Amino acid sequence: MYPADFRYTKDHEWVQITGSVGTIGITDYAQHALGDVVFVELPKVGAKVKAGDVLGAVESVKAVSEVFSPVTGEVTEVNSDLSTAPEKINQDPHRSAWLAKIKIENASEASKLMDAKTYTEYVAEKEKEQTA
Amino acid sequence: MSTPAKAELRKTALNSKHRRMSAKMVDFGGWDMPVEYSGILAEHEAVRTRVGLFDVSHMGEIEIKGAQALALVQHVTCNDASKLSVGQAHYSGLMTPKGTFVDDLLVHKFSDTHYFLCVNASNQDRDYAHIVEHNKFGATVENAGGRYAQIAIQGPRALELLQRLTETPLDPIKYYWFTRGIVEAVHCIIARTGYTGEDGFEIYFEPEFAEKLWDALMDSGKDLGVMACGLGARNTLRLEAGMALYGHEIDDTTTPWEANLGWICKVEKGDFLGRDLLIKQKASGVTRALAGFQMESRLIARDGYAVLNGERAIGTVTSGGPAPFLKKNIGFAYVPPAINKLGTKIGIEVRSQAAPAKVVSVPFYKRAK
Repeated sequence: MYPADFRYTKDHEWVQITGSVGTIGITDYAQHALGDVVFVELPKVGAKVKAGDVLGAVESVKAVSEVFSPVTGEVTEVNSDLSTAPEKINQDPHRSAWLAKIKIENASEASKLMDAKTYTEYVAEKEKEQTA
Repeated sequence: MSTPAKAELRKTALNSKHRRMSAKMVDFGGWDMPVEYSGILAEHEAVRTRVGLFDVSHMGEIEIKGAQALALVQHVTCNDASKLSVGQAHYSGLMTPKGTFVDDLLVHKFSDTHYFLCVNASNQDRDYAHIVEHNKFGATVENAGGRYAQIAIQGPRALELLQRLTETPLDPIKYYWFTRGIVEAVHCIIARTGYTGEDGFEIYFEPEFAEKLWDALMDSGKDLGVMACGLGARNTLRLEAGMALYGHEIDDTTTPWEANLGWICKVEKGDFLGRDLLIKQKASGVTRALAGFQMESRLIARDGYAVLNGERAIGTVTSGGPAPFLKKNIGFAYVPPAINKLGTKIGIEVRSQAAPAKVVSVPFYKRAK
């Protein structure tokens, strides 16, 4: 379910690092918790963000959820397909529905984030709380 | 205030059914309730175009009986219950002595000596205590929520679906009227009421029959495209239809005049809780009014966002979000009365930006008759 080459935050963002570029999205757990996504606010290309800064927002019918950047760097690309097809976040959160690409300042920053196994356990715990 | 532990959440008779249907469950005012099954957009669409079922068994029922039943109902509510015929219901407000809302409710008249109130789930115990406290008439008051399960069948095909399961002719039941009837061998109160802006029915019956009736309605409605609907769609449907939600548009600080609910506030009916203050406020005019607005960009207003006039904050959004059928983003907000004019441009503060919006007429959505 959760790709092995991604790193994950406690706020349910993922980052895939290829060289000095981090591709960022929200996880399947996050899209499921939000429900039908109807609007995505993307950052501006060129924006500089620190890890933990607000990168954008994903809005479902019932709630808005801010997206926090998992890493520090400069936004180089945004997924403008999501402006016309925000529902892609529900359908394909780990691939085509990426939100932004960031040129990373410090590649070692991502190593502090959860790996797929740890994140899988983390969301399993959350789901257990939900159904308890 | 602390949230009760999960184990303390109250459950309806359909709780395990919802879980078997893999509904997403939430703590709704202390009740473990389904927020969605297949998705809010699909459920909303089902109710606007076909038919949807809602478990609304968490709603409270309070029965008022005896020779003084009408006197008590008249004293604690703002609408004029003396105008109700047997078998008729109306929307009303349970009033504080200040003329603000303890709750909003439906009052059903079974007879001159029996009124049946349907109140909000999370308010029912407080409502009951309030009615008992003001029962200087000696009427009998029962907090009867535990005796009733309730299913709402809503949408343009609702009548067709329910009619398949009952011999009671449904077409003659007018909007906001009700009757006793038998559905699938279960004794029910069948009311042509709802909270979605569509035609439909709400049926009340003993909780032990809840699964049987739910299953019968789901099975029988398959060819009509029936869908199980959660509280998420219930909220988008009521907002789109311009209906108030307690704790949002109305609470114990808001009056019917402010909430655009003057049509349920009958000061001419005689004395009732809050009447003097309501007469005064009507004469002096309100200082805030509930406005409906529509966003003029793709940004979405949410509950609690500030309303702006230029740079200045002039009010607060009480409910905001997408209107899935209208494909617009809408909301309610309290604003100064001078702002509450159709077409007035306002701003909504969305993530530190002033998002353009304009005041529009309510209801946002009105079904074709």
